[in-house]
Amino acid sequence: MSGNVGIVIVSHSPDVARGTADMVRQMVGQEVPLGWCGGDPGGGLGTNVEAILAAIQAAWSEQGVAILVDLGGAETNSEMAIEMLPEIRRGRVVVCNAPIVEGAVMAATEAASGAPLDAVRRTAEELTPG
Amino acid sequence: MIVDSDTTKLLIETVARRVMASAQELTELDRAIGDGDHGINMERGFEAVLAQVDQLAAQGLANALIGVGTTLVLKVGGASGPLYGTLFMALGKAWPAEATREQVTEALARALEAVKARGKSDLGQKTMLDVLGPVLAVVREGGQDLPSRLRTTAAAAASATVPMKAIRGRASFLGERSIGHMDPGARSSALLVEAVADVMEGRF
Repeated sequence: MSGNVGIVIVSHSPDVARGTADMVRQMVGQEVPLGWCGGDPGGGLGTNVEAILAAIQAAWSEQGVAILVDLGGAETNSEMAIEMLPEIRRGRVVVCNAPIVEGAVMAATEAASGAPLDAVRRTAEELTPG
Repeated sequence: MIVDSDTTKLLIETVARRVMASAQELTELDRAIGDGDHGINMERGFEAVLAQVDQLAAQGLANALIGVGTTLVLKVGGASGPLYGTLFMALGKAWPAEATREQVTEALARALEAVKARGKSDLGQKTMLDVLGPVLAVVREGGQDLPSRLRTTAAAAASATVPMKAIRGRASFLGERSIGHMDPGARSSALLVEAVADVMEGRF
């Protein structure tokens, strides 16, 4: 089991999420637990809480999980998913305020170095202007 | 006031059917300033609610509201899922067993605060809050003709989002160009309020 922080990618588009996950894998291989999801419960563009919960489960690490999102609904649904987690896990999952592709790659690279959740988040968020 | 299970069922059905019947209109509003999925998302959510209306109604209004919220969170997709989900869940959690108007006002106020926190938003930003805020004020006032005043207030408040500039949500990407369109979330909130007012008046 990896002791590194896990990364979750939540996009409105399954293609964007999958493609971003591919780029993360290319950078860090299997060193970082990774989950991704995209699309609404009806299969269209959007995000859905159940899929986000499953992606968090897939990327779960005792060190915590950093979530990268694209547009507003992905953030709101991710925050909702975090609140629905068991209490013991809730405080160990964060949504990063960062561009989804660059943020995921940077966060995963940081995570692969064994950095704690705070540092992983900070690295991703350095990409956000202003 | 105690809301019995028949009235609970009627409330859920009326609200769900009203939203579903307006899916096309909501989608068109959202196409103008958002991503054009509000109608279909809300329709999917309330279809799922309607499918379990008997189980929901049997749990009493407070738990039914929580159940409606949970279903919306899981089925709607898009930001309106967690926003409406939070509204119903928070309302259910705060709903008193024997509700006086003061207690209902308090529960509604808490639900609004929960939606504000979830959406990191406030009144005046061209969102559902711009309908729910004025509606809360009318509930707080109480008095005569409450249902018809609720209906009028909700419709006027939704119309009042037309000249607003969006600050939150997808429409905020459009900046000035969001001006001149009704906010889809404000419209769907008005539909919910109208449906509740209809049940209160026995018109459904």
